[in-house]
Amino acid sequence: MALESGPVTDPTATARHATTERRTARFVLTGIALAFLALFLVLPLVSVFVEAFRKGPTEYLAAFSEPDAQAAIRLTLLVASIAVPLNVVFGVVAAWAIAKFEFKGKAFLTTLIDLPFSVSPVISGLVYVLLFSSQSALGPWLKSQGIEILFAVPGIVLATMFVTFPFVARELIPLMQEQGTTDEEAALSLGANGWQTFWHVTLPNIKWGLLYGVLLCNARAMGEFGAVSVVSGHIRGLTNTMPLHVEILYNEYNFVAAFAVASLLALLALVTLVLKTLLELRYGAELRAVGGH
Amino acid sequence: MALGFTLAYLALIVLIPLTGLVLRSASLGFPGFWHVATDPRTVNALKISFGTSLIAAVINVIFGIIVAWVLVRYRFPGRRIVDAIVDLPFALPTAVAGIALTALYSKNGWIGRWLDLIGIKVAFTPIGITIALIFIGLPFVVRTVQPVMEEIRKEVEEAAATLGANRFQTITRVLLPGLQPAILTGFALAFARAVGEYGSVIFIAGNLPYVSEIAPLLIVIRLEEFDYAGATAIATIMLLISFFMLFVINLIQAWSRRRYGYGA
Repeated sequence: MALESGPVTDPTATARHATTERRTARFVLTGIALAFLALFLVLPLVSVFVEAFRKGPTEYLAAFSEPDAQAAIRLTLLVASIAVPLNVVFGVVAAWAIAKFEFKGKAFLTTLIDLPFSVSPVISGLVYVLLFSSQSALGPWLKSQGIEILFAVPGIVLATMFVTFPFVARELIPLMQEQGTTDEEAALSLGANGWQTFWHVTLPNIKWGLLYGVLLCNARAMGEFGAVSVVSGHIRGLTNTMPLHVEILYNEYNFVAAFAVASLLALLALVTLVLKTLLELRYGAELRAVGGH
Repeated sequence: MALGFTLAYLALIVLIPLTGLVLRSASLGFPGFWHVATDPRTVNALKISFGTSLIAAVINVIFGIIVAWVLVRYRFPGRRIVDAIVDLPFALPTAVAGIALTALYSKNGWIGRWLDLIGIKVAFTPIGITIALIFIGLPFVVRTVQPVMEEIRKEVEEAAATLGANRFQTITRVLLPGLQPAILTGFALAFARAVGEYGSVIFIAGNLPYVSEIAPLLIVIRLEEFDYAGATAIATIMLLISFFMLFVINLIQAWSRRRYGYGA
Protein backbone atom coordinates (compact mmCIF):
# COMPACT_ATOMS: atom_id res chain seq x y z
CA MET A 1 0.00 0.00 0.00
CA ALA A 2 2.84 2.39 0.92
CA LEU A 3 4.31 2.01 -2.54
CA GLU A 4 1.08 2.95 -4.24
CA SER A 5 0.47 6.22 -2.40
CA GLY A 6 2.89 8.11 -4.61
CA PRO A 7 2.56 11.67 -5.91
CA VAL A 8 0.62 14.41 -4.18
CA THR A 9 -1.59 15.05 -7.21
CA ASP A 10 -4.47 12.63 -7.57
CA PRO A 11 -2.85 9.63 -9.28
CA THR A 12 -6.14 8.29 -10.62
CA ALA A 13 -6.68 11.48 -12.61
CA THR A 14 -3.70 10.94 -14.91
CA ALA A 15 -4.20 7.18 -15.00
CA ARG A 16 -7.77 7.60 -16.12
CA HIS A 17 -6.74 10.18 -18.66
CA ALA A 18 -4.34 7.79 -20.35
CA THR A 19 -6.97 5.14 -21.01
CA THR A 20 -10.02 7.20 -21.78
CA GLU A 21 -10.92 10.31 -23.73
CA ARG A 22 -11.17 13.88 -22.51
CA ARG A 23 -14.47 14.91 -20.99
CA THR A 24 -15.48 16.88 -24.08
CA ALA A 25 -14.65 14.00 -26.42
CA ARG A 26 -16.70 11.64 -24.27
CA PHE A 27 -19.56 14.09 -24.29
CA VAL A 28 -19.48 14.56 -28.07
CA LEU A 29 -19.21 10.82 -28.84
CA THR A 30 -22.08 9.97 -26.47
CA GLY A 31 -24.11 12.75 -28.08
CA ILE A 32 -23.44 11.44 -31.59
CA ALA A 33 -24.33 7.86 -30.62
CA LEU A 34 -27.54 8.84 -28.86
CA ALA A 35 -28.61 11.24 -31.63
CA PHE A 36 -27.98 8.59 -34.29
CA LEU A 37 -29.98 5.96 -32.40
CA ALA A 38 -32.78 8.43 -31.68
CA LEU A 39 -33.01 9.50 -35.30
CA PHE A 40 -32.71 6.10 -36.96
CA LEU A 41 -34.26 3.70 -34.44
CA VAL A 42 -36.41 5.45 -31.86
CA LEU A 43 -38.14 7.98 -34.10
CA PRO A 44 -39.54 5.35 -36.52
CA LEU A 45 -40.83 3.34 -33.55
CA VAL A 46 -42.50 6.39 -32.00
CA SER A 47 -44.03 7.40 -35.32
CA VAL A 48 -45.81 4.03 -35.59
CA PHE A 49 -47.84 4.82 -32.47
CA VAL A 50 -48.35 8.49 -33.34
CA GLU A 51 -49.67 7.63 -36.80
CA ALA A 52 -51.87 4.88 -35.37
CA PHE A 53 -53.55 7.31 -32.95
CA ARG A 54 -53.67 10.23 -35.41
CA LYS A 55 -57.46 10.14 -35.56
CA GLY A 56 -58.04 9.17 -31.96
CA PRO A 57 -58.54 5.93 -30.05
CA THR A 58 -61.92 5.14 -31.63
CA GLU A 59 -60.46 4.96 -35.14
CA TYR A 60 -57.51 3.02 -33.73
CA LEU A 61 -59.74 0.36 -32.18
CA ALA A 62 -61.97 0.27 -35.25
CA ALA A 63 -59.03 -1.17 -37.21
CA PHE A 64 -59.20 -4.33 -35.08
CA SER A 65 -62.93 -4.89 -35.34
CA GLU A 66 -62.54 -5.47 -39.07
CA PRO A 67 -62.93 -9.21 -39.88
CA ASP A 68 -59.90 -9.15 -42.23
CA ALA A 69 -57.69 -7.74 -39.49
CA GLN A 70 -58.90 -10.39 -37.05
CA ALA A 71 -58.30 -13.11 -39.62
CA ALA A 72 -54.77 -11.78 -40.16
CA ILE A 73 -54.05 -11.80 -36.42
CA ARG A 74 -55.40 -15.36 -36.12
CA LEU A 75 -53.32 -16.53 -39.08
CA THR A 76 -50.14 -14.96 -37.70
CA LEU A 77 -50.71 -16.68 -34.35
CA LEU A 78 -51.47 -19.99 -36.08
CA VAL A 79 -48.36 -19.86 -38.27
CA ALA A 80 -46.10 -18.97 -35.34
CA SER A 81 -47.65 -21.71 -33.20
CA ILE A 82 -46.71 -24.30 -35.83
CA ALA A 83 -43.37 -22.98 -37.08
CA VAL A 84 -41.82 -22.03 -33.73
CA PRO A 85 -42.33 -25.37 -31.90
CA LEU A 86 -41.04 -27.33 -34.91
CA ASN A 87 -37.93 -25.17 -35.10
CA VAL A 88 -37.48 -25.47 -31.34
CA VAL A 89 -37.45 -29.27 -31.60
CA PHE A 90 -35.04 -29.06 -34.51
CA GLY A 91 -32.85 -26.49 -32.75
CA VAL A 92 -32.50 -28.55 -29.59
CA VAL A 93 -31.81 -31.79 -31.47
CA ALA A 94 -29.34 -30.14 -33.86
CA ALA A 95 -27.48 -28.39 -31.05
CA TRP A 96 -27.40 -31.65 -29.07
CA ALA A 97 -26.00 -33.56 -32.05
CA ILE A 98 -23.41 -30.90 -32.83
CA ALA A 99 -22.30 -30.08 -29.30
CA LYS A 100 -22.30 -33.48 -27.63
CA PHE A 101 -21.00 -35.76 -30.39
CA GLU A 102 -17.91 -35.81 -32.55
CA PHE A 103 -18.29 -36.38 -36.28
CA LYS A 104 -16.78 -35.25 -39.54
CA GLY A 105 -18.15 -32.20 -41.32
CA LYS A 106 -19.44 -30.56 -38.15
CA ALA A 107 -18.30 -27.08 -39.19
CA PHE A 108 -19.95 -27.56 -42.56
CA LEU A 109 -23.22 -28.63 -40.91
CA THR A 110 -23.15 -25.51 -38.71
CA THR A 111 -22.66 -23.36 -41.81
CA LEU A 112 -25.62 -25.06 -43.50
CA ILE A 113 -27.83 -24.38 -40.49
CA ASP A 114 -26.93 -20.68 -40.73
CA LEU A 115 -27.71 -20.65 -44.44
CA PRO A 116 -31.23 -19.14 -44.24
CA PHE A 117 -29.72 -16.05 -42.57
CA SER A 118 -27.70 -15.24 -45.66
CA VAL A 119 -30.54 -15.80 -48.11
CA SER A 120 -32.86 -12.92 -49.03
CA PRO A 121 -36.37 -13.46 -47.61
CA VAL A 122 -37.73 -13.10 -51.12
CA ILE A 123 -35.53 -15.97 -52.30
CA SER A 124 -36.68 -18.04 -49.29
CA GLY A 125 -40.21 -17.67 -50.60
CA LEU A 126 -39.19 -18.19 -54.20
CA VAL A 127 -37.67 -21.63 -53.54
CA TYR A 128 -41.04 -22.88 -52.32
CA VAL A 129 -42.84 -21.34 -55.28
CA LEU A 130 -40.48 -23.22 -57.60
CA LEU A 131 -40.96 -26.43 -55.64
CA PHE A 132 -44.76 -26.41 -55.47
CA SER A 133 -45.97 -24.28 -58.39
CA SER A 134 -48.06 -25.81 -61.16
CA GLN A 135 -44.95 -25.61 -63.39
CA SER A 136 -42.92 -27.80 -61.02
CA ALA A 137 -42.65 -31.59 -60.93
CA LEU A 138 -44.52 -31.78 -57.65
CA GLY A 139 -47.23 -29.21 -58.34
CA PRO A 140 -49.59 -31.11 -60.69
CA TRP A 141 -49.46 -34.23 -58.52
CA LEU A 142 -50.29 -32.25 -55.35
CA LYS A 143 -53.15 -30.62 -57.22
CA SER A 144 -54.56 -33.97 -58.28
CA GLN A 145 -54.46 -35.05 -54.63
CA GLY A 146 -56.31 -31.89 -53.62
CA ILE A 147 -53.39 -30.66 -51.52
CA GLU A 148 -52.86 -26.92 -51.57
CA ILE A 149 -49.50 -25.64 -50.39
CA LEU A 150 -48.74 -22.53 -52.39
CA PHE A 151 -50.98 -19.51 -51.80
CA ALA A 152 -52.37 -21.36 -48.78
CA VAL A 153 -51.50 -21.77 -45.11
CA PRO A 154 -49.02 -24.68 -45.53
CA GLY A 155 -46.84 -22.57 -47.84
CA ILE A 156 -46.84 -19.70 -45.35
CA VAL A 157 -45.83 -22.08 -42.56
CA LEU A 158 -43.01 -23.57 -44.69
CA ALA A 159 -41.64 -20.15 -45.69
CA THR A 160 -41.77 -19.03 -42.05
CA MET A 161 -39.97 -22.19 -40.95
CA PHE A 162 -37.27 -21.53 -43.53
CA VAL A 163 -36.49 -17.99 -42.38
CA THR A 164 -36.67 -18.80 -38.65
CA PHE A 165 -34.80 -22.08 -39.07
CA PRO A 166 -31.43 -21.10 -37.48
CA PHE A 167 -32.59 -19.04 -34.48
CA VAL A 168 -32.87 -21.69 -31.76
CA ALA A 169 -30.04 -23.89 -33.02
CA ARG A 170 -27.51 -21.10 -33.21
CA GLU A 171 -28.28 -19.85 -29.70
CA LEU A 172 -27.91 -23.34 -28.27
CA ILE A 173 -24.89 -24.67 -30.17
CA PRO A 174 -22.25 -22.40 -28.54
CA LEU A 175 -23.97 -22.72 -25.15
CA MET A 176 -23.99 -26.53 -25.23
CA GLN A 177 -20.45 -26.67 -26.58
CA GLU A 178 -19.29 -24.51 -23.69
CA GLN A 179 -21.02 -26.76 -21.17
CA GLY A 180 -19.29 -29.84 -22.54
CA THR A 181 -20.36 -33.40 -21.87
CA THR A 182 -19.21 -33.99 -18.28
CA ASP A 183 -22.69 -33.54 -16.74
CA GLU A 184 -24.18 -35.97 -19.25
CA GLU A 185 -21.37 -38.47 -18.68
CA ALA A 186 -21.97 -38.33 -14.93
CA ALA A 187 -25.69 -38.93 -15.43
CA LEU A 188 -25.07 -41.85 -17.79
CA SER A 189 -22.56 -43.44 -15.43
CA LEU A 190 -25.14 -43.19 -12.62
CA GLY A 191 -27.51 -45.26 -14.72
CA ALA A 192 -29.69 -42.69 -16.46
CA ASN A 193 -30.77 -43.52 -19.98
CA GLY A 194 -30.37 -41.11 -22.89
CA TRP A 195 -33.82 -39.58 -22.55
CA GLN A 196 -33.51 -39.12 -18.77
CA THR A 197 -30.11 -37.53 -19.25
CA PHE A 198 -31.54 -35.07 -21.73
CA TRP A 199 -34.65 -34.29 -19.71
CA HIS A 200 -33.06 -33.96 -16.26
CA VAL A 201 -29.53 -32.80 -17.06
CA THR A 202 -29.18 -31.15 -20.47
CA LEU A 203 -32.50 -29.34 -20.67
CA PRO A 204 -32.24 -27.58 -17.25
CA ASN A 205 -28.74 -26.47 -18.25
CA ILE A 206 -29.90 -24.81 -21.45
CA LYS A 207 -33.35 -23.55 -20.47
CA TRP A 208 -32.50 -19.83 -20.49
CA GLY A 209 -30.60 -20.04 -23.74
CA LEU A 210 -33.53 -21.97 -25.19
CA LEU A 211 -36.01 -19.32 -24.05
CA TYR A 212 -33.77 -16.65 -25.60
CA GLY A 213 -33.78 -18.49 -28.92
CA VAL A 214 -37.53 -19.07 -28.82
CA LEU A 215 -38.09 -15.37 -28.18
CA LEU A 216 -36.09 -14.30 -31.23
CA CYS A 217 -37.52 -17.09 -33.37
CA ASN A 218 -41.07 -16.09 -32.46
CA ALA A 219 -40.49 -12.39 -33.14
CA ARG A 220 -39.20 -13.18 -36.60
CA ALA A 221 -41.93 -15.76 -37.28
CA MET A 222 -44.71 -13.30 -36.48
CA GLY A 223 -43.07 -10.41 -38.29
CA GLU A 224 -41.76 -12.10 -41.43
CA PHE A 225 -42.79 -10.23 -44.53
CA GLY A 226 -40.73 -10.96 -47.66
CA ALA A 227 -40.80 -14.75 -47.70
CA VAL A 228 -44.44 -14.98 -46.66
CA SER A 229 -45.44 -12.30 -49.15
CA VAL A 230 -44.08 -14.39 -52.04
CA VAL A 231 -45.93 -17.60 -51.12
CA SER A 232 -49.11 -16.15 -49.67
CA GLY A 233 -51.08 -15.07 -52.71
CA HIS A 234 -52.48 -12.18 -50.63
CA ILE A 235 -56.02 -13.50 -50.29
CA ARG A 236 -57.77 -11.23 -47.82
CA GLY A 237 -59.15 -12.99 -44.79
CA LEU A 238 -57.50 -16.27 -45.84
CA THR A 239 -53.76 -16.03 -46.48
CA ASN A 240 -52.91 -12.57 -45.13
CA THR A 241 -50.71 -12.48 -42.07
CA MET A 242 -50.46 -9.30 -39.99
CA PRO A 243 -47.44 -7.84 -41.84
CA LEU A 244 -49.15 -8.53 -45.18
CA HIS A 245 -52.37 -6.96 -43.92
CA VAL A 246 -50.35 -3.86 -42.96
CA GLU A 247 -49.05 -3.66 -46.52
CA ILE A 248 -52.52 -3.96 -48.07
CA LEU A 249 -54.03 -1.32 -45.79
CA TYR A 250 -51.09 0.99 -46.44
CA ASN A 251 -51.33 0.62 -50.20
CA GLU A 252 -55.04 1.42 -49.96
CA TYR A 253 -54.09 4.69 -48.20
CA ASN A 254 -55.87 3.44 -45.10
CA PHE A 255 -52.99 4.75 -42.99
CA VAL A 256 -54.60 4.77 -39.55
CA ALA A 257 -55.62 1.12 -39.85
CA ALA A 258 -52.24 0.16 -41.33
CA PHE A 259 -50.38 1.79 -38.44
CA ALA A 260 -52.85 0.40 -35.92
CA VAL A 261 -52.09 -3.19 -37.00
CA ALA A 262 -48.40 -2.22 -37.24
CA SER A 263 -48.54 -0.93 -33.66
CA LEU A 264 -49.51 -4.41 -32.46
CA LEU A 265 -46.42 -5.81 -34.20
CA ALA A 266 -44.32 -2.98 -32.73
CA LEU A 267 -45.64 -3.90 -29.27
CA LEU A 268 -44.60 -7.48 -29.91
CA ALA A 269 -41.12 -6.21 -30.78
CA LEU A 270 -40.97 -4.13 -27.60
CA VAL A 271 -42.08 -7.05 -25.42
CA THR A 272 -39.46 -9.21 -27.12
CA LEU A 273 -36.74 -6.64 -26.42
CA VAL A 274 -37.78 -6.24 -22.78
CA LEU A 275 -37.82 -10.01 -22.14
CA LYS A 276 -34.53 -10.43 -24.00
CA THR A 277 -32.90 -7.68 -21.92
CA LEU A 278 -34.25 -9.17 -18.68
CA LEU A 279 -32.85 -12.57 -19.66
CA GLU A 280 -29.47 -11.01 -20.43
CA LEU A 281 -29.39 -9.11 -17.13
CA ARG A 282 -30.57 -12.01 -15.00
CA TYR A 283 -28.82 -14.90 -16.70
CA GLY A 284 -26.05 -13.04 -18.51
CA ALA A 285 -23.35 -15.43 -17.34
CA GLU A 286 -25.27 -18.48 -18.57
CA LEU A 287 -25.97 -16.83 -21.90
CA ARG A 288 -22.45 -15.45 -22.32
CA ALA A 289 -21.58 -18.03 -24.95
CA VAL A 290 -24.54 -16.89 -27.02
CA GLY A 291 -23.43 -14.87 -30.00
CA GLY A 292 -25.09 -12.16 -32.06
CA HIS A 293 -27.24 -12.78 -35.08
CA MET B 1 -30.41 -40.63 -34.32
CA ALA B 2 -30.23 -36.99 -33.29
CA LEU B 3 -27.87 -36.35 -36.17
CA GLY B 4 -30.13 -38.19 -38.59
CA PHE B 5 -33.12 -36.08 -37.58
CA THR B 6 -31.05 -32.91 -37.88
CA LEU B 7 -29.92 -33.81 -41.37
CA ALA B 8 -33.39 -34.89 -42.52
CA TYR B 9 -35.05 -31.70 -41.25
CA LEU B 10 -32.29 -29.55 -42.68
CA ALA B 11 -32.61 -31.28 -46.05
CA LEU B 12 -36.40 -30.99 -46.14
CA ILE B 13 -36.76 -27.37 -45.13
CA VAL B 14 -33.58 -25.79 -46.48
CA LEU B 15 -31.44 -27.91 -48.77
CA ILE B 16 -33.99 -29.48 -51.12
CA PRO B 17 -35.79 -26.18 -51.82
CA LEU B 18 -32.46 -24.39 -52.40
CA THR B 19 -31.24 -27.18 -54.66
CA GLY B 20 -34.48 -26.84 -56.59
CA LEU B 21 -33.60 -23.21 -57.22
CA VAL B 22 -30.13 -24.06 -58.47
CA LEU B 23 -31.42 -26.88 -60.73
CA ARG B 24 -34.10 -24.64 -62.12
CA SER B 25 -31.50 -22.00 -62.84
CA ALA B 26 -29.23 -24.56 -64.49
CA SER B 27 -32.10 -25.70 -66.71
CA LEU B 28 -32.17 -22.20 -68.21
CA GLY B 29 -28.85 -22.93 -69.86
CA PHE B 30 -26.13 -20.37 -70.12
CA PRO B 31 -27.71 -18.31 -72.95
CA GLY B 32 -31.00 -18.03 -71.09
CA PHE B 33 -29.24 -17.14 -67.87
CA TRP B 34 -27.05 -14.57 -69.62
CA HIS B 35 -30.10 -13.03 -71.28
CA VAL B 36 -31.71 -12.30 -67.88
CA ALA B 37 -28.43 -11.35 -66.22
CA THR B 38 -27.63 -8.69 -68.82
CA ASP B 39 -31.16 -7.31 -69.10
CA PRO B 40 -30.79 -3.56 -68.38
CA ARG B 41 -33.57 -3.61 -65.80
CA THR B 42 -31.90 -6.51 -63.94
CA VAL B 43 -28.49 -4.84 -64.10
CA ASN B 44 -29.93 -1.59 -62.79
CA ALA B 45 -31.79 -3.32 -59.96
CA LEU B 46 -28.62 -5.16 -58.92
CA LYS B 47 -26.61 -1.93 -59.11
CA ILE B 48 -29.14 -0.12 -56.93
CA SER B 49 -29.31 -2.99 -54.42
CA PHE B 50 -25.55 -3.36 -54.09
CA GLY B 51 -24.82 0.39 -54.30
CA THR B 52 -27.27 1.46 -51.58
CA SER B 53 -26.27 -1.54 -49.43
CA LEU B 54 -22.61 -0.54 -49.69
CA ILE B 55 -23.29 3.08 -48.67
CA ALA B 56 -25.58 1.96 -45.82
CA ALA B 57 -22.99 -0.55 -44.56
CA VAL B 58 -20.23 2.10 -44.58
CA ILE B 59 -22.42 4.52 -42.61
CA ASN B 60 -23.34 1.71 -40.23
CA VAL B 61 -19.68 0.88 -39.66
CA ILE B 62 -18.83 4.49 -38.76
CA PHE B 63 -21.78 5.03 -36.42
CA GLY B 64 -21.84 1.42 -35.25
CA ILE B 65 -18.28 1.75 -33.93
CA ILE B 66 -19.17 4.99 -32.12
CA VAL B 67 -22.32 3.42 -30.62
CA ALA B 68 -20.45 0.29 -29.53
CA TRP B 69 -17.62 2.38 -28.03
CA VAL B 70 -20.00 4.58 -26.08
CA LEU B 71 -21.91 1.53 -24.78
CA VAL B 72 -18.75 -0.34 -23.77
CA ARG B 73 -16.67 2.51 -22.33
CA TYR B 74 -18.95 5.19 -20.96
CA ARG B 75 -21.42 5.08 -18.10
CA PHE B 76 -24.48 7.26 -18.39
CA PRO B 77 -28.07 7.03 -17.13
CA GLY B 78 -30.22 4.80 -19.32
CA ARG B 79 -27.28 2.95 -20.84
CA ARG B 80 -29.00 -0.44 -20.44
CA ILE B 81 -32.07 0.83 -22.28
CA VAL B 82 -29.97 2.31 -25.07
CA ASP B 83 -28.13 -0.99 -25.34
CA ALA B 84 -31.43 -2.86 -25.64
CA ILE B 85 -32.74 -0.44 -28.28
CA VAL B 86 -29.84 -1.30 -30.59
CA ASP B 87 -31.58 -4.66 -31.18
CA LEU B 88 -34.84 -3.01 -32.24
CA PRO B 89 -34.27 -3.67 -35.97
CA PHE B 90 -33.90 -7.40 -35.17
CA ALA B 91 -37.23 -7.43 -33.36
CA LEU B 92 -39.35 -4.96 -35.34
CA PRO B 93 -41.06 -6.56 -38.38
CA THR B 94 -39.59 -5.12 -41.57
CA ALA B 95 -42.95 -4.03 -42.97
CA VAL B 96 -43.57 -1.95 -39.84
CA ALA B 97 -40.17 -0.31 -40.16
CA GLY B 98 -40.90 0.30 -43.84
CA ILE B 99 -44.15 2.19 -43.38
CA ALA B 100 -42.82 4.09 -40.36
CA LEU B 101 -39.76 5.31 -42.26
CA THR B 102 -41.90 6.28 -45.24
CA ALA B 103 -44.20 8.30 -42.97
CA LEU B 104 -41.17 10.05 -41.43
CA TYR B 105 -39.41 10.90 -44.68
CA SER B 106 -42.31 11.62 -47.03
CA LYS B 107 -42.85 15.24 -48.04
CA ASN B 108 -45.06 16.08 -45.07
CA GLY B 109 -43.42 13.70 -42.58
CA TRP B 110 -41.58 14.82 -39.43
CA ILE B 111 -38.18 14.68 -41.10
CA GLY B 112 -39.11 14.83 -44.78
CA ARG B 113 -40.80 18.19 -44.26
CA TRP B 114 -37.53 19.83 -43.22
CA LEU B 115 -35.43 18.09 -45.85
CA ASP B 116 -37.96 19.17 -48.47
CA LEU B 117 -37.38 22.81 -47.50
CA ILE B 118 -33.72 22.50 -48.44
CA GLY B 119 -34.62 20.60 -51.59
CA ILE B 120 -33.66 17.05 -50.52
CA LYS B 121 -36.09 14.31 -51.47
CA VAL B 122 -35.63 11.11 -49.49
CA ALA B 123 -38.78 9.05 -49.86
CA PHE B 124 -39.11 7.32 -53.25
CA THR B 125 -35.41 7.85 -54.10
CA PRO B 126 -32.26 5.76 -53.53
CA ILE B 127 -31.57 7.93 -50.44
CA GLY B 128 -34.75 6.49 -48.92
CA ILE B 129 -33.57 2.96 -49.71
CA THR B 130 -30.25 3.74 -48.02
CA ILE B 131 -31.99 5.02 -44.88
CA ALA B 132 -34.07 1.84 -44.60
CA LEU B 133 -30.90 -0.22 -45.03
CA ILE B 134 -29.12 1.79 -42.34
CA PHE B 135 -32.01 0.96 -40.01
CA ILE B 136 -31.86 -2.80 -40.55
CA GLY B 137 -28.05 -3.07 -40.69
CA LEU B 138 -26.95 -1.13 -37.61
CA PRO B 139 -27.26 -3.91 -34.99
CA PHE B 140 -25.09 -6.23 -37.08
CA VAL B 141 -22.11 -3.85 -36.75
CA VAL B 142 -22.71 -2.95 -33.10
CA ARG B 143 -23.25 -6.54 -31.95
CA THR B 144 -20.16 -7.79 -33.79
CA VAL B 145 -17.80 -5.04 -32.61
CA GLN B 146 -19.12 -4.62 -29.05
CA PRO B 147 -18.02 -7.98 -27.56
CA VAL B 148 -14.51 -7.59 -29.02
CA MET B 149 -14.24 -4.08 -27.55
CA GLU B 150 -15.21 -5.50 -24.16
CA GLU B 151 -12.30 -7.92 -24.40
CA ILE B 152 -9.68 -5.20 -24.95
CA ARG B 153 -7.34 -5.27 -21.98
CA LYS B 154 -6.66 -1.96 -20.28
CA GLU B 155 -2.95 -2.88 -20.11
CA VAL B 156 -2.61 -2.45 -23.87
CA GLU B 157 -3.84 1.12 -23.68
CA GLU B 158 -1.75 1.82 -20.59
CA ALA B 159 1.33 0.51 -22.36
CA ALA B 160 0.64 2.76 -25.35
CA ALA B 161 0.16 5.73 -23.03
CA THR B 162 3.35 5.09 -21.05
CA LEU B 163 5.25 4.83 -24.32
CA GLY B 164 4.16 8.39 -25.07
CA ALA B 165 1.19 7.90 -27.37
CA ASN B 166 -1.56 10.43 -26.99
CA ARG B 167 -5.15 9.24 -26.82
CA PHE B 168 -5.78 9.70 -30.55
CA GLN B 169 -2.67 7.69 -31.45
CA THR B 170 -3.65 4.95 -29.00
CA ILE B 171 -7.06 4.66 -30.62
CA THR B 172 -5.99 4.80 -34.27
CA ARG B 173 -2.72 2.85 -33.99
CA VAL B 174 -3.43 0.37 -31.19
CA LEU B 175 -7.16 -0.15 -30.66
CA LEU B 176 -8.67 0.11 -34.14
CA PRO B 177 -6.25 -2.35 -35.80
CA GLY B 178 -7.20 -4.93 -33.19
CA LEU B 179 -10.89 -4.33 -33.91
CA GLN B 180 -10.42 -4.52 -37.66
CA PRO B 181 -11.56 -8.15 -38.16
CA ALA B 182 -14.69 -7.56 -36.10
CA ILE B 183 -15.40 -4.36 -38.01
CA LEU B 184 -14.99 -6.16 -41.33
CA THR B 185 -17.29 -8.97 -40.21
CA GLY B 186 -19.89 -6.48 -39.02
CA PHE B 187 -19.63 -4.65 -42.33
CA ALA B 188 -20.06 -7.87 -44.31
CA LEU B 189 -23.08 -8.97 -42.23
CA ALA B 190 -24.79 -5.59 -42.53
CA PHE B 191 -24.02 -5.49 -46.25
CA ALA B 192 -25.28 -9.03 -46.90
CA ARG B 193 -28.48 -8.40 -44.97
CA ALA B 194 -29.04 -5.11 -46.82
CA VAL B 195 -28.66 -6.69 -50.26
CA GLY B 196 -31.46 -9.16 -49.58
CA GLU B 197 -33.70 -6.80 -47.62
CA TYR B 198 -37.23 -6.40 -48.94
CA GLY B 199 -39.90 -5.41 -46.39
CA SER B 200 -38.41 -2.23 -44.98
CA VAL B 201 -37.29 -0.98 -48.41
CA ILE B 202 -40.25 -1.38 -50.75
CA PHE B 203 -42.45 1.20 -49.04
CA ILE B 204 -39.89 4.00 -48.99
CA ALA B 205 -38.26 3.12 -52.32
CA GLY B 206 -41.07 4.18 -54.65
CA ASN B 207 -40.00 1.24 -56.83
CA LEU B 208 -39.37 3.15 -60.05
CA PRO B 209 -37.73 0.80 -62.59
CA TYR B 210 -34.12 1.82 -63.34
CA VAL B 211 -34.18 4.40 -60.51
CA SER B 212 -35.29 2.95 -57.19
CA GLU B 213 -36.13 -0.68 -57.92
CA ILE B 214 -34.16 -3.18 -55.82
CA ALA B 215 -33.25 -6.70 -56.96
CA PRO B 216 -35.49 -8.58 -54.45
CA LEU B 217 -38.46 -6.54 -55.66
CA LEU B 218 -37.65 -7.36 -59.28
CA ILE B 219 -37.77 -11.06 -58.30
CA VAL B 220 -41.26 -10.53 -56.88
CA ILE B 221 -42.35 -8.63 -60.00
CA ARG B 222 -41.08 -11.43 -62.27
CA LEU B 223 -42.92 -13.99 -60.11
CA GLU B 224 -46.15 -12.02 -60.40
CA GLU B 225 -45.69 -12.05 -64.19
CA PHE B 226 -45.24 -15.85 -63.89
CA ASP B 227 -41.77 -15.35 -65.39
CA TYR B 228 -40.29 -18.02 -63.10
CA ALA B 229 -37.14 -18.31 -65.23
CA GLY B 230 -36.42 -14.59 -64.87
CA ALA B 231 -37.06 -14.64 -61.12
CA THR B 232 -34.84 -17.70 -60.70
CA ALA B 233 -31.96 -16.18 -62.65
CA ILE B 234 -31.95 -12.96 -60.59
CA ALA B 235 -32.20 -14.99 -57.38
CA THR B 236 -29.26 -17.14 -58.46
CA ILE B 237 -27.08 -14.11 -59.16
CA MET B 238 -27.94 -12.73 -55.73
CA LEU B 239 -27.27 -16.08 -54.06
CA LEU B 240 -23.89 -16.43 -55.78
CA ILE B 241 -22.86 -13.00 -54.53
CA SER B 242 -24.18 -13.80 -51.01
CA PHE B 243 -22.23 -17.06 -50.86
CA PHE B 244 -19.14 -15.25 -52.02
CA MET B 245 -19.64 -12.80 -49.14
CA LEU B 246 -20.13 -15.66 -46.67
CA PHE B 247 -16.91 -17.18 -47.94
CA VAL B 248 -15.08 -13.86 -47.46
CA ILE B 249 -16.45 -13.55 -43.90
CA ASN B 250 -15.12 -17.01 -43.09
CA LEU B 251 -11.74 -16.11 -44.55
CA ILE B 252 -11.59 -12.92 -42.48
CA GLN B 253 -12.45 -14.86 -39.34
CA ALA B 254 -9.86 -17.54 -40.02
CA TRP B 255 -7.26 -14.86 -40.71
CA SER B 256 -8.24 -13.00 -37.56
CA ARG B 257 -7.92 -16.12 -35.43
CA ARG B 258 -4.42 -16.70 -36.77
CA ARG B 259 -3.35 -13.11 -36.33
CA TYR B 260 -5.05 -12.07 -33.10
CA GLY B 261 -5.90 -15.37 -31.48
CA TYR B 262 -9.64 -14.77 -31.45
CA GLY B 263 -12.48 -14.93 -33.92
CA ALA B 264 -14.55 -11.89 -34.75
